[in-house]
Amino acid sequence: MSNPLHGGWWTVFVKEVRENLRDRRALGMALLYGPLFGPILFAMMTSFIIGKQLDDAEKPLALAVIGAERAPNLIDFLSQQGVSVKPPPADPDAAIQAQNEDVILRIPETFAEQWQDGTPARLELLVDESRQQTHAAINRVRGLLERYSSQIARLRLQLRGIDPQLGAPLLIAEHDLSTSQSRGGALLAMLPYFLILCAFLGGMYLAIDATAGERERQSLEALLINPVPPTQIMAGKLAATAVFALASVVNCIIAFMIGLHYIRGDEIGLNLTLAPTSALLVLLLIAPVALLAAAVQTIIASFARSFREAQTYLQFLMIIPAIPSILLVVNPIKAVTWMLATPLLSQSLLINQLARGDDLALLDIALSVSGTLAAALLAALVAVRLYRGERLALAV
Amino acid sequence: MIVAENLHRAFGAIEAVREVSFRAEDGRITGLLGPNGAGKTTTLRMLYALLQPDRGRVTIDGIDTQRDIQGARRRLGVLPDSRGLYKRLTARENIEYFGRLQGLRGTELVSRTDAVIAALGLGDIEHRRTEGFSQGQRVKTAIARALVHAPQNLLLDEPTNGLDVMATRSLRAFLREQRSAGRCIVFSSHIMQEVAALCDYIVVVAQGRVVASGSAEALREQTGEANLEDAFVKIIGSGEGLMA
Repeated sequence: MSNPLHGGWWTVFVKEVRENLRDRRALGMALLYGPLFGPILFAMMTSFIIGKQLDDAEKPLALAVIGAERAPNLIDFLSQQGVSVKPPPADPDAAIQAQNEDVILRIPETFAEQWQDGTPARLELLVDESRQQTHAAINRVRGLLERYSSQIARLRLQLRGIDPQLGAPLLIAEHDLSTSQSRGGALLAMLPYFLILCAFLGGMYLAIDATAGERERQSLEALLINPVPPTQIMAGKLAATAVFALASVVNCIIAFMIGLHYIRGDEIGLNLTLAPTSALLVLLLIAPVALLAAAVQTIIASFARSFREAQTYLQFLMIIPAIPSILLVVNPIKAVTWMLATPLLSQSLLINQLARGDDLALLDIALSVSGTLAAALLAALVAVRLYRGERLALAV
Repeated sequence: MIVAENLHRAFGAIEAVREVSFRAEDGRITGLLGPNGAGKTTTLRMLYALLQPDRGRVTIDGIDTQRDIQGARRRLGVLPDSRGLYKRLTARENIEYFGRLQGLRGTELVSRTDAVIAALGLGDIEHRRTEGFSQGQRVKTAIARALVHAPQNLLLDEPTNGLDVMATRSLRAFLREQRSAGRCIVFSSHIMQEVAALCDYIVVVAQGRVVASGSAEALREQTGEANLEDAFVKIIGSGEGLMA
């Protein structure tokens, strides 16, 4: 056996790949639906968010005003700021509750009188704070009214010979240090989840078919009687599962590259791209996950008596890739060393960093790859030794 | 030649095989006859070394299965109790897969596959996927893949289970050809007529023990019964489970 390809594992590997390439369900899940699910969902969500932001920014605000004739200067100001003032609905309260209007401005009869007296002139905004989607419109109206108010205040102070700056003790300047890439990163935070999910989906059917499936169709005993050590047989099955998982990940990355290319992120100042070099780095980070997923799935499926039973177990396993992503969304943390060596968590952290446009430290990459690879090899070692005893070989 | 010496195997408290010894010579069909649950399958599994005996040993052409399991298996062709095929592979691919696992490559693999396909009459279905095969076609394919490496010794666990009359007849003819070629054939059955029709040498197993062995003729003489069926009933102590 000087040629390593003449060991039994290669024969088993070739057969498993060939057989599963003929299984539409396995193939579709590994190379098509699995890899496309993430990018398509991502593209839809992102397009929706971008479209909404563009809409909100461009749409002229139509503001219903009650008693517009009582404050002509204010109405002029609002019109100059791009607000189109329209007559109020017959029942303003009901219009807000029925969600026909986001916000209504009421200018009370007392307005002119208070204005002349120099006392604070009362304005009323009818809103429904519980409706998230109206907040943009409400904030815009509020902001415009405050600007008008401070303009008038400055004029009144100047008329009385007082430096208007006295009325503004604080000047608050915000510096937004996010780059367009890092703003996109918030959206791309889901990327590691979809990639890890792909690594788990890609080999799932093959892992089941090669273990519980082999048992269910009663070919396991005949297979194990061949003069090939069980470890070689399992190594071949594991390699085939890992290759399917990896192919799934590669397809997923390519789908993301293509998908992100078509999303109009730059129109709202987001940089949503996955450059080829970053894509390769992502592949390097996820590849050990594919092996880990394949080994764990093989171990679990080996203990199931039937395809269906194995499927139930492995669908439960699908919850695991989501955990680090959920953790990071709920509680965004700065990476520390042990996290970077933890499988799944490290990939989530590092790919997030990458998506934000930050450079990855070589040490961090090495830590993630070696930590996950160590876990994967340990699981693989367990997997290939499973059928050495009689128990699993004969339990039919 | 297969020699089983004092085989013993228990599963927990259940002693499946208590004392099984026999010698299956080349050029002979040896039948392992016994009612369901007598320990036939467990005995066969020890012969092809999927199970380790608690006591005793098995040699295949002089090779001790516990010393050189892979060497022994290269000299064995086995049709186990479970004979599932890969349904998304064709009959030929199923056979070639096992040929490769037996170490065959290249032209040798092709010629050996051609030979077993011809011997079992699988020519017209060799390129069909095995999904949808009849029971007979499946058993033939399973036997073909067990024989692809031209083993000297054949172990068949209840080979005629589920076969119709025509398929059974062609299987018998095939086994007789193998005998003429000098092969050592061991097959198990709980069907007396089956064993009587085919075997040169019969090993009767009951409750994990060999209770009698010899040719059909010798067994009749030994029991003093003129009828073979009566002889078996007398040996086992009950006729239960022996009829087709």
